Amino acid sequence: MSDKIYDIIIVGGGPGGLAAAIYGARSRLATLLIEKGRPGGQAATTEDMENYPGFARGTTGPGLMEAFTEHAKSFGAEIVRDEVVKVDLEGKVVTTKSGNTYRSKTIILAPGAVPRTLNIPGEFALRGKGVSYCATCDADFFEDLDIVVLGNGDAAVEEANYLTKFANSVTIIVIHDEGILDAAPMLQERAFNNPKIKWVWNSTLAEIKGDGLVESVVIKNIKTNELTEMETNGVFIYVGTVPQTDFLKDSGLEMDSRGYIITNEQMETNIDGVYAVGDARVKYLRQVITAAADGAIAAVAAEKYIAEEEGFRKSVLEEERPVAVAFWSPMVQKALEMMPSIENTVGAYGDKVKLVKMDTYRNQRVAKRYGVTKNPTIVFFHKGEVIATLVEDAINEGSIRQVLDKLSK
Amino acid sequence: MIEVHKENFEAEVLQAEGLVLVDFWGPKCEKCLAVMPDVEALAEKYGDKVKFCKLDTSGNRRLAISQKVLGLPVIAFYRNGEKIDELAKDDVTKENIEAKILSLLA
Ligand SMILES: Cc1cc2nc3c(=O)[nH]c(=O)nc-3n(C[C@H](O)[C@H](O)[C@H](O)COP(=O)(O)OP(=O)(O)OC[C@H]3O[C@@H](n4cnc5c(N)ncnc54)[C@H](O)[C@@H]3O)c2cc1C
Repeated sequence: MSDKIYDIIIVGGGPGGLAAAIYGARSRLATLLIEKGRPGGQAATTEDMENYPGFARGTTGPGLMEAFTEHAKSFGAEIVRDEVVKVDLEGKVVTTKSGNTYRSKTIILAPGAVPRTLNIPGEFALRGKGVSYCATCDADFFEDLDIVVLGNGDAAVEEANYLTKFANSVTIIVIHDEGILDAAPMLQERAFNNPKIKWVWNSTLAEIKGDGLVESVVIKNIKTNELTEMETNGVFIYVGTVPQTDFLKDSGLEMDSRGYIITNEQMETNIDGVYAVGDARVKYLRQVITAAADGAIAAVAAEKYIAEEEGFRKSVLEEERPVAVAFWSPMVQKALEMMPSIENTVGAYGDKVKLVKMDTYRNQRVAKRYGVTKNPTIVFFHKGEVIATLVEDAINEGSIRQVLDKLSK
Repeated sequence: MIEVHKENFEAEVLQAEGLVLVDFWGPKCEKCLAVMPDVEALAEKYGDKVKFCKLDTSGNRRLAISQKVLGLPVIAFYRNGEKIDELAKDDVTKENIEAKILSLLA
């Protein structure tokens, strides 16, 4: 293990991770991004990228991601190509497939998602032989050939449109009733007006057939259960994604039943100093712009966390003198009333005792760590150890003196 | 690594003796570009036992399809002019390629 302790380690180099790297490195934090493939993530697998603000039509996914990557590097973010296979989130250590360990003060998880597979007969064996989840990668093989696209969300319909630039015909297989798509209206309109696109409604795929290369698909009508075989040269599957969070399973991280990481609005997970951003977290909209926004928020939250933790360590834990930490909040009447008398009582010890006031709202994490639930609470520290705690009505001149007299001797 | 294409594929791959690895890739395939350095590193390591070739499918679509490749990435293995094994899509990782080389050499 190297001795270096990073400020931020980011796991995953899609738009979420790259945006976090930009914000982190620009704040002069020692920022390391670990990406198992090439930076860019899913966004680098789509040619048509027309909804990232400021980048109009003509922008490509790989192009935009190249710009994100260069931007992060220009501020000094370090990018390592490796896969994180193990994490100690409490201890802030990550271990990679090649056996390296990296230590950090904070971790931002940005592992994104991968296409969901159907697990139907023929799908696995015919990958690379006509079954694909990536139009950008494989589109040009299908020049003048006939293909089917399964799915009807944004990705399915957008990629189907893109594929018509190459293929002779694109048949979209939709599970809903005729005319109903989950994709955005603008994408629908374009697809309905595209003469190369054909539709099969109320249906899904039951099997993909072929000897060496895809030759046909078996389409199942979900209303009648009828099976029809249709000749085709290729199958593109866009039926949603699954989060890449398997490596986090036993890390103590809170996830939902489908493996999405749970965070609050600051991108904080249930573990202090650990954040999650982008498609891998529970959220409403999974897009480049929201992944990037998450990344920015997490990096700023991580920066604050580091400052707070270091501030507390320097002013309280590493202080030679006894420290009285008064947790309070100006919003709580009782705390507001009691503060002057606390300040006077502690102040009477002059240089022998240090008073640190902590707003519980702005220092929630520290307050929680020391079990502070009531306002005000005084926690007395000496040489990094908690010596005594006084809560609310137990706080008065006498009780404070009792603790401090002993300590300041 | 030897660049193979429609003009030299027959001579370099199909007429070659021993084990030949062909990396089917394309400039728009991010995954292909990501593993390329790994394949190059393996070429350094096993180059004396395996002939390493790469095929840019973007200019050689018919050739790729004739080799039953219709999607990327694919790493195919040939021996005495015949395709004997291959790895496709997510299975294309440095570890899997190396394991395949070792088992085919054994
Ligand atoms: C076909 C398609 C079309 C799309 N079109 C659009 C569009 O037009 N506009 C739009 O805004 N959005 C679009 N999206 C959605 C957009 O791509 C995603 O919302 C976005 O990429 C999510 O970013 P992310 O950073 O959360 O994760 P991802 O982009 O998924 O990136 C995660 C990265 O983390 C890496 N990683 C994962 N686990 C590890 C690990 N253990 N160690 C190291 N690295 C790891 C992965 O290799 C990957 O590169 C599209 C998506 C698809 C699939």
